Amino acid sequence: MKVNILAFGIAKDIVGARKGEMDFTEEASIAQVKDALTERFPKFEALRKFSIAVNEEYREDDYIIKEGDELAIIPPVSGG
Amino acid sequence: MMSEKLDIRINDRPLQILECTNFVKDARAGGNTVFVGTVRDQTKGEKVLKLDFESYKPMAIKEMAKIADDIFAKWDALKISIHHRVGTCEIGEIAVIIAVSTPHRAAAFEACQYAIDTLKETVPIWKKEYLESGEVWVAATP
Repeated sequence: MKVNILAFGIAKDIVGARKGEMDFTEEASIAQVKDALTERFPKFEALRKFSIAVNEEYREDDYIIKEGDELAIIPPVSGG
Repeated sequence: MMSEKLDIRINDRPLQILECTNFVKDARAGGNTVFVGTVRDQTKGEKVLKLDFESYKPMAIKEMAKIADDIFAKWDALKISIHHRVGTCEIGEIAVIIAVSTPHRAAAFEACQYAIDTLKETVPIWKKEYLESGEVWVAATP
C-alpha cells in the first residue's frame, strides 16, 4: 500500500526531500508510520515531537491510513 | 480563503495592516483589535539576521479557519482577518496580522489573544532563524 508523504521544516532536512512515497505491506496506523520513519531516519528521535497529518488533518496514533493518502510530517510548528 | 466575515491569507509579500483592519470594520462593532507580530532582532541573546517561514499552505489555511470558527462560536465575533507571511523576512517586518471585530471590546481582546496563541500551537508554519552562528528551525528540538 503506497502513500504520498510530505516533509516540512526540520523534517524536510532530516529526510532530505520535500516529497516522497512510503510503502506498507499491510494496514498501518499513524503510530506505525512514525515508527517506520524513526527507524529509517533516527534523527526524528531528536525532535521535541512530531505529528502526522493525513489529507491535511492532524490524526492520532491509532488512525489507520489508506492507499493514496497524503501524509505530512509536521515537526513542532513555529508560526506567528 | 475569503468570505463576507472571514479573510485568511498566506502571502510571500509584505503584509499590510490596513488590509486587515479595513476588512473587519463593521457597523455592529464596538471593538476592533489587531495583533501585529514582527521579526525581532535577537533570540536568547543571539543576534538574528533574518527569518524564513515555510508553510503547508492548504492545511495552514484550514487550521486558521478552525481558529476563526472557534472565535465566531465563542465570542460572537463579527469579522476576522488573519494574514501570515511566508518566505524570507527581514528584521522588523511583519510576520503575522490578526484583526477581530466584536460588538464589545472585552471579547475583541480575548478573541485576538486566543487567535495568536492557538495559531502558534496548531497552524503548520515553520520558522527558520538565521543567526550569526548558523541556521535553526525554531522549537524543533528540546
